Amino acid sequence: MVEGDILKIIAGAVITEPGNTAQTETGSWRNFRPVIDEAKCTGCGMCWMFCPEPAISKGKPARVDYRYCKGCGICANECPFKAITMVPEGRD
Amino acid sequence: MTAAPPGIPEEELLAPGHRACAGCGCVLAMRYLLKALGRNIVVSMATGCMEVVTTPYPETSWRVPWIHSAFENAAATAAGIAAGLKALGKKGVKSVAIAGDGGTADIGLQALSGAVERGDNVLFCCYDNEAYQNTGIQRSGATPFGAWTTTTPIGRVKRGEDRPKKDVPAIIAAHGAPYVATASVAYPLDFINKLRRAAAIEGPTYVHVHAPCVPGWRIETSKTIEVARLAVLTGAWVLYEIERGQLRVTFKPPKRRPVADYLKLQGRFRHLTEEEIAQIQRMVDEQCRRFGIE
Repeated sequence: MVEGDILKIIAGAVITEPGNTAQTETGSWRNFRPVIDEAKCTGCGMCWMFCPEPAISKGKPARVDYRYCKGCGICANECPFKAITMVPEGRD
Repeated sequence: MTAAPPGIPEEELLAPGHRACAGCGCVLAMRYLLKALGRNIVVSMATGCMEVVTTPYPETSWRVPWIHSAFENAAATAAGIAAGLKALGKKGVKSVAIAGDGGTADIGLQALSGAVERGDNVLFCCYDNEAYQNTGIQRSGATPFGAWTTTTPIGRVKRGEDRPKKDVPAIIAAHGAPYVATASVAYPLDFINKLRRAAAIEGPTYVHVHAPCVPGWRIETSKTIEVARLAVLTGAWVLYEIERGQLRVTFKPPKRRPVADYLKLQGRFRHLTEEEIAQIQRMVDEQCRRFGIE
């Protein structure tokens, strides 16, 4: 668009709030829920390291943020101490 | 190896809530990249899986400046940003281009080649999930021999991908780039160290990270890291770096496992006969021989 002598370049789609996908809680995708056995957890951080969301915070015991966890089960598969069990959702 | 060694920040510069599939290996690579490089970067990203899942407009998962370019020109956009940073006298800010294997090996190759040949101060990271996954698993130049994709189907005549994987790191090394490395999402510390080394060098550097795709590789969501690790332990994927022409293999599997261990976890290789697996084993053996891996 030309306005006077100045050629205005229209910016493309701009997102001004960094990291705002956090407003979308992808935990609703989950079919299986990781449950951490606090007695077995050593706080090694392996589950934190390999979580793609990220939805696990490091610590002893590690904590899962179920707002975002999609239930992939990488944490349970990689836990060196077998401290994480995948439990079907909708069952207690 | 401890999983979270000192030097890997706990701060998450990739926000959750992104739309990557459960168990996505590539988005894990993005998370590691941001842990490695921190806030002082500007990212140019080609069209691809990671662009689609991390920026569902008007949302973004990125907590660093980020620009979406077209499929073919992530490296050119990053070269322009590097020139802009130089003109503005901004020091300590790195221009980083990110593209998938399609945006690197096929569609983005000329822009990448140009940036490396001109010596632009750009770190280019390719996340390699070995096909055009988000558009429906079409083969790319980086699809490995024998793999099923929707465009390399299995039938009476065709047996999946009939060409070997394009060796992009070797192509970039042949340009004389000061630093070229391969990495895997199953070895995050190795990947992070390589990214930091690449970012510290003034000039064009290249890191190529192998990252499984759950729907495209037909694997279980929980097996992403296991499969990526087996690629390395079988020698199907070799972790190395080439710094100023000097090749160094950064991890040698102590006792190489048969490639079948890697292939059999993946549905995309389910059709392979014993003979075809033996053929792939010979290709892997030859690759390992070149890298001095027993």
